[in-house]
Amino acid sequence: MTDLATYNFAYLDEQTKRMIRRAILKAISIPGYQVPFASREMPMPYGWGTGGVQVTAAIIGPEDVLKVIDQGADDTTNAVSIRAFFQKVADVAVTTHTKDATIIQTRHRIPEQKLTEGQVLVYQVPIPEPLRFLEPRETETRKMHALEEYGLMHVKLYEDIAINGRISKTYAYPVKVDGRYVMDPSPTPKFDNPKMHMSDALQLFGAGREKRIYAVPPHTEVVSLDFEDYPFEIQTFEQDCALCGAHGVYLDEVVLDDKGGRMFVCSDTDHCEDRREHGHVGAMLAPNQEAAE
Amino acid sequence: MSDNPLLKVSGVSKFYGSRIGCKDVNFELWPGEVLAIVGESGSGKTTLLNCISTRLLPTAGSVEYRMRDGNFRDLYHMSEAERRFLMRTDWGFVHQNPADGLRMTVSAGANVGERLMAVGDRHYGKIRETATDWLGRVEISADRIDDQPRSFSGGMRQRLQIARNLVTGPRLVFMDEPTGGLDVSVQARLLDLVRGLVNDLGLAAIVVTHDLAVARLLSHRMMVMKDGHVIEHGLTDRVLDDPREPYTQLLVSSILQV
Repeated sequence: MTDLATYNFAYLDEQTKRMIRRAILKAISIPGYQVPFASREMPMPYGWGTGGVQVTAAIIGPEDVLKVIDQGADDTTNAVSIRAFFQKVADVAVTTHTKDATIIQTRHRIPEQKLTEGQVLVYQVPIPEPLRFLEPRETETRKMHALEEYGLMHVKLYEDIAINGRISKTYAYPVKVDGRYVMDPSPTPKFDNPKMHMSDALQLFGAGREKRIYAVPPHTEVVSLDFEDYPFEIQTFEQDCALCGAHGVYLDEVVLDDKGGRMFVCSDTDHCEDRREHGHVGAMLAPNQEAAE
Repeated sequence: MSDNPLLKVSGVSKFYGSRIGCKDVNFELWPGEVLAIVGESGSGKTTLLNCISTRLLPTAGSVEYRMRDGNFRDLYHMSEAERRFLMRTDWGFVHQNPADGLRMTVSAGANVGERLMAVGDRHYGKIRETATDWLGRVEISADRIDDQPRSFSGGMRQRLQIARNLVTGPRLVFMDEPTGGLDVSVQARLLDLVRGLVNDLGLAAIVVTHDLAVARLLSHRMMVMKDGHVIEHGLTDRVLDDPREPYTQLLVSSILQV
């Protein structure tokens, strides 16, 4: 096997990585600005994280430890396949523990455990343009970003309140980065927006199909847009996690049967497992072991 | 009326290749004054309007506007950011087709509120209050505030477009055939409304129309255009009652009498 032609380290060729790194550096220099880059075909379909994978491939080194999450979970298809991909093409160590990882590629969640200096969070972004569904012309949205004309974003929030009585947007909630660019934080639940603010970790966003990279450098102000009389709020949950009893974390609803049975569990599986290892037990796990498994 | 004009247009020409859009147009507009630009289709009315309202770069000439601080600025020497800011605060533009000037997929209230939010208004309650007030002023009932303009009639859409433009208290409004495509009774009501608003708010307006009756009702002064040239210019009543140019005489005599 060893004499066969193999992939370059981390799949992409060095020239491509160089191009992506330049885009990343530019993105870090202008927080929240969408930098166009020559996105490559990746061995996975668009919408599966081609942007995130390219960013990860451009920054990963042999000594890095990679964690990949999909909707908070380490064990779902997208996470498993991307993790396997980098194990194969970069031969890096992988982990499911947030604290051990140096690079975390994520689809739609920020881990519950606070990220620390030196960690990099890579987001997979489907639609990088926050103004997309308000203004269909790319030429116009770019001009609006350039001239800082963001009134339209509030029109969307106004509509939400007029129709639903509150800002009903729950994910991809627009933020203003460093007091300048309005940014789509990818379809993360708005629950995670406050974690982006002044984060110790570097946050990189890659959109493969749309060919855009943007970034939030560490210790950067990230403010969710709102109205004075309708301030930004995050989701709250009435229950605790059914498995680990965690409170104040983002929970997924799991339907158990067709008779209205349901449970709420931590969306961040690593966080949940870690808590259970430390002896925390949720309502469901205590009386009935099987239902939870 | 103030001693200084609001807008100075000098030598504005626009060529489309070798064809003339409009040629060597000069005029001044004073605060509170309504100027009508009339002429047949293809006479260069809309080209001129677009040149003045920064929507189309003229081939030659200058357009100067007196800013709120009293200084004249050449519109085409301003930065694009300043120009766009001017357009959505101190100016209004009423399109012939309301769908061009409105956001058809957001509610009437948001349409009126957009300019307020664009200039930094961040209080939902106040924005909504202002929007309700403006809908009342253009005779749209308050219970339609959350409906999309798609569900509005042509006349209502046009009135909504006017409210959306006037909410920031502009000093100058451009109107391109504001009554085009409306039936006569709706037209009459709209004209009445516009005339009232222009009087109450002391707006200056430039109205492009091919309908001399609209010009008669709304405007103080009018310019007659033909083949890209301004051929006659004067007080509306003078031009309509005593047209000097043969073409203007023809135009005035072509009005159907009922």
